[in-house]
Amino acid sequence: MATNQTYYVPEQSKWPIIATVGLATTLYGVASIMVNGSQGESTSGAWITFGIGSLIMAYMLFGWFGTVISESRSGLYSPQMDRSFRWGMSWFIFSEVMFFAAFFGALFYARVFAVPWLGGEGDRGSSNMLWEGFQATWPLLNNPDPEAFPAPEKIIDPWHLPLINTILLVSSSFTVTVAHHALKHENRAKVKIWLAATIALALIFVAVQAYEYFEAYAHLNLTLRSGIYGSTFFMLTGFHGAHVILGTLMLTIMLIRIMKGHFTPEQHFGFEAASWYWHFVDVVWLGLFVFVYVL
Amino acid sequence: MSAVIDTHAQDHHHGPAKGFTRWLYTTNHKDIGSMYLIFSFAMFLLGGTMAMVIRAELFQPGLQIVEPEFFNQMTTMHGLIMVFGAVMPAFVGLANWMIPMMIGAPDMALPRMNNWSFWLLPAAFLILISTLFMPGGAPNFGWTFYAPLSTTYGPPSTTFFIFAVHIMGVSSIMGAINVIATILNLRAPGMTLMKMPLFVWTWLITAFLLIAVMPVLAGVVTMMLMDINFGTSFFNAAGGGDPVLFQHVFWFFGHPEVYIMILPAFGAVSEIIPAFSRKPLFGYASMVYAVGAIALLSFVVWAHHMFTVGIPLAGELFFMYATMLIAVPTGVKVFNWVATMFRGALSFEAPMLFAVAFVILFTIGGFSGLMLAVAPADFQYHDTYFVVAHFHYVLVPGAIFGIFASAYYWLPKWTGHMYDETLAQTHFWLSFVGMNLAFFPMHFLGLAGMPRRIPDYALQFADFNMVSSIGAFMFGATQLLFLFIVVKCVRGGEKAAAKPWEGAEGLEWTLPSPAPYHTFATPPEIK
Repeated sequence: MATNQTYYVPEQSKWPIIATVGLATTLYGVASIMVNGSQGESTSGAWITFGIGSLIMAYMLFGWFGTVISESRSGLYSPQMDRSFRWGMSWFIFSEVMFFAAFFGALFYARVFAVPWLGGEGDRGSSNMLWEGFQATWPLLNNPDPEAFPAPEKIIDPWHLPLINTILLVSSSFTVTVAHHALKHENRAKVKIWLAATIALALIFVAVQAYEYFEAYAHLNLTLRSGIYGSTFFMLTGFHGAHVILGTLMLTIMLIRIMKGHFTPEQHFGFEAASWYWHFVDVVWLGLFVFVYVL
Repeated sequence: MSAVIDTHAQDHHHGPAKGFTRWLYTTNHKDIGSMYLIFSFAMFLLGGTMAMVIRAELFQPGLQIVEPEFFNQMTTMHGLIMVFGAVMPAFVGLANWMIPMMIGAPDMALPRMNNWSFWLLPAAFLILISTLFMPGGAPNFGWTFYAPLSTTYGPPSTTFFIFAVHIMGVSSIMGAINVIATILNLRAPGMTLMKMPLFVWTWLITAFLLIAVMPVLAGVVTMMLMDINFGTSFFNAAGGGDPVLFQHVFWFFGHPEVYIMILPAFGAVSEIIPAFSRKPLFGYASMVYAVGAIALLSFVVWAHHMFTVGIPLAGELFFMYATMLIAVPTGVKVFNWVATMFRGALSFEAPMLFAVAFVILFTIGGFSGLMLAVAPADFQYHDTYFVVAHFHYVLVPGAIFGIFASAYYWLPKWTGHMYDETLAQTHFWLSFVGMNLAFFPMHFLGLAGMPRRIPDYALQFADFNMVSSIGAFMFGATQLLFLFIVVKCVRGGEKAAAKPWEGAEGLEWTLPSPAPYHTFATPPEIK
């Protein structure tokens, strides 16, 4: 607290307003694609809106982060500024945890309450009168209304692809930590190798996950439309996959920055933030593996 | 004066930039605070206009002015705009203005992100308000957007509403991260946590609540989005889901949300009452712990909004008793405010009037909340005007009077001028009378069985509804007076001293009025 004297308050910046326009345009485009599509109208204009918004967002991300990186490298940031970034990233990750908590909550609620009640058990067993004879099971391979929601034929076997993915992600958490230690000891060649290995593991993970989705859709009839099992399965693994891709992008940027000679053994919060995020993605996966795939 | 190491040191103490880019590009917490407050007031007037439409329709039984379909859009949009557009941004605006000045910081911790948090709000509300003009109309399922009303039976614009909520959520989360980083990292040397002003404490806890529950809101609207557009069955029992799941996830967000809207008001009132009682706050530490306790309890009471939906008996009992527990820390706070005033040298300028009205009327809202918490009794008043009366008593004389009190208290610091005390007192009394006239009869209507969210009603409810509408028009029109008072104060008036309130305490009063564009470039030392 005693170092306030050098706290850096940036000058005016155009990036926030560009980010606002970019995000709003992108999301307006996405919403228009969905709404126009569901009403059988043309979606080409909506796609153009979405494309323009995405380009603005990409421009903003490069520009804004570029500004922050060059400020950091010109020595404007004090240890106190560094602490602000650390608090910011920590609470951002906490918000992500809560986002996943909502979907895990939905999964637990469906398994513990909603599906057994529909099957006639427990305090709200009268729900069974909606679809008499419906048998509650988990994984739910027979939906209450199979016409509206055709059930999956089988689910993904946890001990094949998901197990491979678990090994991949846990190893990648390990490799990123090795890279971090190498950075602290200013062994740049080692950082590059281990960081590249992390990114490679991440990419293989994404590929395996994509193959698993293909299997689910093509052979198991496990889709978004196959009832609450498919809904929770794809939303949890899908958002996790999206976070893996985001984390991979972060790590890739860090690799590029390492190659450009950024970071010192003492100051490399960008790297640390990316690796914190990576560990978070890994922990979420362990939750998914246990509660979505195995149990 | 300060050892600024950046190359712009020579222009570090410059004033604001010229032209509109000052507002678009700003990184100054005072500019951003002002923008939040102005935006919030604009939304307050818009949401208020919708309330006027509702009360005009309900002035007499029968359908007079609007179609039921449009009436539903008005109740929905009124709620959404007031919660997300008026109350929350007003408190973020106060936080932006005051937290750095109260803890001796040069600005917020992450100034550019701060500006982004603000500008996302107009974008989100542009999308939300544009749904009024879309085919099928705006969202019409109530501000709580229960499935399946909002999924299976919602208008096509629901998808736009969902993305608007996403943008508001991003804005709130970034704003909250900024508040926490500022408070935890930028306090002046010597200001320990337990020396922080209560407004700062309540905002620290509010920010924690925001980061914990806004992502859950994002999650629930995402599930809606998927149910609507991609055939998932989160809220559809035909696929093994449950519409009640929506209510659980929504209220897991929604209940902490109501404390998000009141805790900063608690903080502001805890600044104002000591100032005008010329006594230190009674029981500072217990006030801090009470706020913490309220925040923690807010995570385990959500299903008291759902007593009639059919949850297991054990759930009804748990949520009933947990809800009643909240009365304990809230009671501590009310006791401490009263004890602060006890034998104080009281004076009743506008901030104090609003603060005292806050204590009394918020307590009424708290008591009706306690009545609603009794699960067996709630079956009688669920979804009646009693509920409407309850939450308007905690939000209007609670949150909004808290905002008015803060505005009058700190306007001299912001503008350098004293506001017109006579007009402000008029504003208070008209608001006070109008608000009670509008909302008190709703208790009786609800107990007599009038359901909420209906454009027409049985004849026996006519008299109370007419009184209520007259009170609402009075309250609504009075707010234009507030606009006039603030504009007048910004443009001129009696010069304000650095500390215009005799009994006020805190770092913000060590600064000149108006506060310079940049303050506390060198942090003050707290003894």
